[in-house]
Amino acid sequence: MIKTALRALATLLLAGQLHSAASADDQDFIVVQSTTSTQNSGLFDHILPKFQEATGIEVRVVAVGTGQAIRNAVNGDGDVLFVHSKSSEEKFVADGFGVSRSNVMYNDFVIVGPAEDPANLEDADTAADALRKIESAKAPFASRGDDSGTHKAELRLWQAAGVDPTGASGTWYRETGSGMGATLNTGTAMGAYVLTDRATWTAFGNKGGHKIVFQGDPELFNQYGIILVNQEVHPHVKSGHGQRFIDWILSSAGQAAIADFEIDGQQLFFPNATGGAS
Amino acid sequence: MDSFWSALLEALHLVITLDSDLLEIIGLSMQVTITAVSIACLIGLPIGAAVAAFRFPGRTFLAVLLNAMMGLPPVVVGLLVYLTLSASGPLGPLGLLYTPTAMIIAQTVLVTPIVAALTRQVIEDLNTEYAEQFASMGVRAADRLAALLWDGRYALMTVALAGFGRAIAEVGAVIIVGGNINHVTRVMTTTIALETSKGNLQLALALGFILLVIAFAVNAAVMALRASAVRTAYA
Repeated sequence: MIKTALRALATLLLAGQLHSAASADDQDFIVVQSTTSTQNSGLFDHILPKFQEATGIEVRVVAVGTGQAIRNAVNGDGDVLFVHSKSSEEKFVADGFGVSRSNVMYNDFVIVGPAEDPANLEDADTAADALRKIESAKAPFASRGDDSGTHKAELRLWQAAGVDPTGASGTWYRETGSGMGATLNTGTAMGAYVLTDRATWTAFGNKGGHKIVFQGDPELFNQYGIILVNQEVHPHVKSGHGQRFIDWILSSAGQAAIADFEIDGQQLFFPNATGGAS
Repeated sequence: MDSFWSALLEALHLVITLDSDLLEIIGLSMQVTITAVSIACLIGLPIGAAVAAFRFPGRTFLAVLLNAMMGLPPVVVGLLVYLTLSASGPLGPLGLLYTPTAMIIAQTVLVTPIVAALTRQVIEDLNTEYAEQFASMGVRAADRLAALLWDGRYALMTVALAGFGRAIAEVGAVIIVGGNINHVTRVMTTTIALETSKGNLQLALALGFILLVIAFAVNAAVMALRASAVRTAYA
């Protein structure tokens, strides 16, 4: 019996070995560190097959929060960084970890909340105004609290509103410390307001009684950027393939693929590649 | 309850239509977990048996340590393995991060203490029974271990199953070191986490049902094997 078990184990290990040997031969893939909003909305499922068809290069996406994606890229665990927090991205390049940064596309953040809208956000004129209304009503607000791009945008908006919500953490201000989807699941369950990107919200399957209660302020603009990880810092980075992906996504074909992506007839991301790096 | 039944229906639908993505994900789940549990048994069974059968300095400490390590949080194991396999980590040049091998390593780290600690318990009882015989016959240390492990084999199947249960169900470690990459490192639990984060709670629950059925089938198969082996032994 032991012999049979050992033989089975050897077969399994061998299968694993063959598997990794095959992928070592076939180095035609890159790892892209990206965010949950691009993955969960289905954007990657829409555009990546087109890129692979055009170039034969497979793109392996690791979708985490922007903060974690940047830390992973700093460690060299990716060839390309595709996230949405411009100041952090510029710092990543300035610190030498990235080659250069280009704009890819944008969408916008919205505030979703219970349909009854207890803090009356629908009457707010600006995002700052909306957040002040939440604070004065002490209406529950679910924050990502995870150093993601959306979380950083939220903190900037609170700062602009002149409110420091962190003092109220645990009362009406609730930091979930989780991804966008988990925070939306929590927010809809506890009747809390949530700042989310429009793409994730549109594709989200568990909206409950929530709807968009505030949108349209230019302050809610959400820019995505793409950066090649610096081969001088991490020699194993596949610069050639990574650059081809970046070139493609900034090209008219890549930009058109982004613009094509719709859910329920609604375009979720708007291409705005600047051509050159910014 | 409504969503519960529709999730059950959705699970049935996925299974009946033999969804090819689903089959790939189930296949990888099984490959990763069975390999990890097998390696964990190769390491954990002898360690557990040795701690049970021999007296040596630090033995009690080791036993407590093994028991404590059964409570290792998967996320912490994931982080440790990530930091080791990361391009900036000591084993970075091997390029194992975001591969099934990385997931096997993480689950092996997670399951080995469970196998070792439970084996120690099983073998300790057996050893008390056999100690005098071993002493009177002057059995060599290695032969003692082999005899104890062989005679405890039926109870040790349950030990392996406990390890299997832990590994097949955990998500925290494999999602960090595997990256949940579609068609590369996506397994049952990371798919469930992904669908939950997309708000597709029904699909997530349906996948949960399928995972449960697989775990049930594996347990039933091992139990059947055990029953028939016991019958043969006493026939």
